[in-house]
Amino acid sequence: MRKTCLDVVYELAKRDERVVFIGSDLGAGTLDQFRDEMPDRFFMEGVSEQNLIGMAAGLALEGFIPYVNTIATFITRRCYEQLAVDLCLHNLPVKLIANGGGLVYAPLGPTHLAIEDMAILRALPRMTVLAPCDKEEMARLMPQTLALGGPCYIRLAKGGDEIISDAAHGFTIGQAIMLRQPGKVLIVGTGITSTRAMHAAKELAEQGIECGVLHMHTVKPLDENAILSCLNDVDLLVTVEEHTLVGGLGSAVGELLVDKAPTSVGRLLRLGIPDSFADKYGTQDELLEYYGLQGPQIARRIRDVLNGAGEQVA
Amino acid sequence: MIELAAMEREAHTIYEPLALDRRSRDLRRLVVRGLVGGGRGHLGSALSAIEILRVLYDDVMAHDPEIHNWDARDRFLLSKGHGCLAQYAILADHGYFSKAELDRFCRFDGILGGHPDAGKIPGVEASTGALGHGPSIGVGMAVAAKLRGAPHRIFVVTGDGEINEGSVWEAAMTASKHKLDNFTLIVDYNKLQSYQRTEIVQDLEPLTSKWESFGFAVRNVDGHDVEGLRRTFATLPFAKGRPNAVIAHTIKGRGVAHAEGDPAWHHKSNMSAAEIDGVLQAIGD
Repeated sequence: MRKTCLDVVYELAKRDERVVFIGSDLGAGTLDQFRDEMPDRFFMEGVSEQNLIGMAAGLALEGFIPYVNTIATFITRRCYEQLAVDLCLHNLPVKLIANGGGLVYAPLGPTHLAIEDMAILRALPRMTVLAPCDKEEMARLMPQTLALGGPCYIRLAKGGDEIISDAAHGFTIGQAIMLRQPGKVLIVGTGITSTRAMHAAKELAEQGIECGVLHMHTVKPLDENAILSCLNDVDLLVTVEEHTLVGGLGSAVGELLVDKAPTSVGRLLRLGIPDSFADKYGTQDELLEYYGLQGPQIARRIRDVLNGAGEQVA
Repeated sequence: MIELAAMEREAHTIYEPLALDRRSRDLRRLVVRGLVGGGRGHLGSALSAIEILRVLYDDVMAHDPEIHNWDARDRFLLSKGHGCLAQYAILADHGYFSKAELDRFCRFDGILGGHPDAGKIPGVEASTGALGHGPSIGVGMAVAAKLRGAPHRIFVVTGDGEINEGSVWEAAMTASKHKLDNFTLIVDYNKLQSYQRTEIVQDLEPLTSKWESFGFAVRNVDGHDVEGLRRTFATLPFAKGRPNAVIAHTIKGRGVAHAEGDPAWHHKSNMSAAEIDGVLQAIGD
């Protein structure tokens, strides 16, 4: 997914001279072809995230379109004030490419786990928050970022992720994709949790519980109509996120229901990471399982709720 | 090293305060007009920067109040955004907006807030106020100018307390790496931050050699000496292929004798009519 993303940045730069790339201290070989062919527009400025964002803002104020890339935790937490003031307040078209969203860096521990990135980015006015589910979707998403007027955050998954997206669905920033039509249940996922949601939906269908999957690749602005238009048909709405339950997709959907469909609030089940730092290492999949976010676990938790034996619905 | 030692001696020159001329006093009265309009303001921080901004806008920078986004203009960033009354005074004086706007400083429907807002104020390039942002934004602008082969220059004024921020030094490294001789950072070195003297809160010395070691060509100057500032800026770039640092030795609250060097005047609010009168009398005609 990262390679696809950066390949598109290279292609965009080839055809649009406003595009510049700014990295921190990325892996050897990153975008070598970009550097070799367009050295003036390739910047690798060291481990200085505040400076990267400020510099990108300066370039954007002068008409350039910077794509900034580093690890998700550092491009969010370390330079949050620059994101808020330099990018969002000025509404500048700077694109943040965040390596290792969610639990990708499981073996590296909590310093590297971006599990509150969506919450803090979502809180910033004018910020678009994106989490594609696989590399094919990434390839459809990235060209659209060029024309996006304001800042955006692109959360990258681990790479080698299962392909669940389909070109036939198209792709538009801000428009959720119904990967599977809703039945009694609708799961709303984002990033790779849409994949886990698909696994769960398939298992539930085999057990006679029809379950849809809405892929919310854009967490902000939230595609409110995509959710509200389904509420009459489903008994249970479930959000699944590779993110803390504080402030992410589940919170966004919860806020929507409270504001615009308060009678449906009781039908929302939010699945995600508890309000805590990870105390285990291992792999992304192991941590997803630890937090009950793999397909079979999602299916079980939904069954339990439908059977009245599960966790409390909101 | 001999050269550096000489520069350090220069840096520690005790600058005898010069009398302020009429223009400097007029600009200070505009600052007070804003202070009265808003009932508050960072007076000391504005008054130390008056001559720096005056010389830049009067004598150094290419700019046009009629076409404030003229592409070939030199760019100016007041990174110490809290000193905005100084910038508002000089911008109003040059006609970027009516001086009457100063009467609405910090008011609900005014355009002049307690920190400069690029979205509202003609002539303000970027919104500042959170400290340590201007240098990196300026570096990005300077890189953009180099990419375009454009000859305009970028001027960034920071406070001295402001350069406690690590982001300033991140920007400094990048400015040096890219040989941004179109980038000039001016430290308004009034040696007094909000709480106390800089040497007590976070000593910046040896400041000249700090900037030198980050790759800057450095000049020290009396930040209230109009002629000295003109002479200094006239020699930009100080060295081909190196970013420029001007350490402007200033006095916080300069021009209001009873406020000079007193941290209590960093920010003032709820001033009585008598206090305002005292300030205006201290500035003089």
